[in-house]
Amino acid sequence: MVCERCQEREAEVHLTTIENDEMATVHLCSSCAGQEGISAFTSAPAPLADFLATIGTSVEDASEGTMSEPCPYCGTSSGDFRRSGRLGCPECYAHFEGQLRGLLRRVHGSTQHVGKLYLGEAAESDDRFAKLRSLRLRLDRAVELEDFEAAAELRDQIDSLEAVER
Amino acid sequence: MSGGNGLGTPSPTVDDRGTSWLDGSGQDHEIVLSTRVRLARNLQGYTFALRADADERRSVLDQVRHSLGASPDLDDGVLWEMSELEAVERRILHERHVVSRELIGPDEGPAPDGTALALGASGPCGVMINEEDHLRIQSLHNGMELEAAWRQVSELDEALGSRLPYAFHHEFGFLTCCPTNVGTGLRASVLVHLPGLVLTKEINKVLQGIAQVGLTYRGLYGEGSEVVGNFFQISNQTTLGKSETDLVDHLREIGVQVVEYEKRARAVLLREAPYVLEDKVWRAYGILRHARSLSFDEMMNLLSGVRLGLTLKLLRTPRVRTLNEIMIFAQSAHLERRAGRTLDEGDADVYRASLVRERLSSEGEATSSPSEPSPEADNSA
Repeated sequence: MVCERCQEREAEVHLTTIENDEMATVHLCSSCAGQEGISAFTSAPAPLADFLATIGTSVEDASEGTMSEPCPYCGTSSGDFRRSGRLGCPECYAHFEGQLRGLLRRVHGSTQHVGKLYLGEAAESDDRFAKLRSLRLRLDRAVELEDFEAAAELRDQIDSLEAVER
Repeated sequence: MSGGNGLGTPSPTVDDRGTSWLDGSGQDHEIVLSTRVRLARNLQGYTFALRADADERRSVLDQVRHSLGASPDLDDGVLWEMSELEAVERRILHERHVVSRELIGPDEGPAPDGTALALGASGPCGVMINEEDHLRIQSLHNGMELEAAWRQVSELDEALGSRLPYAFHHEFGFLTCCPTNVGTGLRASVLVHLPGLVLTKEINKVLQGIAQVGLTYRGLYGEGSEVVGNFFQISNQTTLGKSETDLVDHLREIGVQVVEYEKRARAVLLREAPYVLEDKVWRAYGILRHARSLSFDEMMNLLSGVRLGLTLKLLRTPRVRTLNEIMIFAQSAHLERRAGRTLDEGDADVYRASLVRERLSSEGEATSSPSEPSPEADNSA
């Protein structure tokens, strides 16, 4: 397959993106991909889980522009992930969020968890004060990350707990 | 809490723990060997176990150790660090399906530092610590018992979660080392015995159907293992976007259907080829009863024939439970402990055959069922 951009060299980068549920794939040579800001992963085929074998290069989705930066918490790089199929720490999910969202949609058909919720380790305790404190900390964090959906959810939980207190 | 205190006590033995799921008590236990449900959980603020160094793994292990008291069953159970168990004891745990190959490390040499198994006092539930994820909370039951297994795992999860800072993301759910587990972190599976579908060559159709409804199948020991003795492990493929109960219910619905197909296939075999089937069953029993050397795969195939004969009432003994126990206790690590030494393949085959003869003869000579087909009564032969 030849590169879609220069129509000359062999396409080595096959980038699949999903936006608004529309899937699009572009096939580029490594040189054109570089000019597009997409780095080619030319390492040998990796021993990935069977699912990764079918997802081609979607892991390399460069839409977030963070792909060349390793996870600031654990140092896992995009290449590490691609080789092993494993992330390094919980923070990797935030760091590689852009790439992961497409991947999760393909693997699971969804990115939204709808199962059990986790309210923090204090949530099960009788100590309402500790629970509120934990929720408020998480609210601060959500606001900091501009995650307003989570913030609204946490705000509701705090309100309902405070209502019980009153 | 016993074990794991490291106070100069001799290395613990795993005795008969982790075997209660062999008892033949669960629903459809003749066809469904076991049900397993596991939840993957990780702690916020630590790298995942695969990437963590020994110090960090130990720190996670300490946190988990201190949280076990939140569950009365785990509190009364045991906690074994893999590094304090002899290699043969670790392999025995793997042969009993209560730990993964990854947790116990290589057959030779030391176990990975900081990996451990907490096993509840009541038997079928436990936690693998520092496998790929910090916690793999699991429950193992005999027969088709998805609801019971899920309930048990969920209770354990809530108890531990009340003391541990789980890594949780408002959109992606419970965060796991591998994105194939993220969300619920739930993998539910049933290990089913499908000789009828294999013999009638219907099995591929069924397996394709399983894939089409979002489930997957594997061999006897889960991911990457081969199908042996007509045992197939059917499990959910995805973990995100559906609730835990939806995932478990879906697997149960499909599992019940597969069991139904298997029963129908057996009825067809019994109707179309009663003597071929009967001959196969009795030959399998005869070889197991008298062989002097048996490889594991050969034994599994023969046990499959005997198990089929039992369900079809072509044989009245041995009990299903005995067949289950043979499957587990005639594996190499169990045989080595029994022999008190390491065994090469040839020696293991001899010990295996001896154990099988002993277990089968303890149940007495098998007899035909009174409803056994006879040439006079059946003209189709």
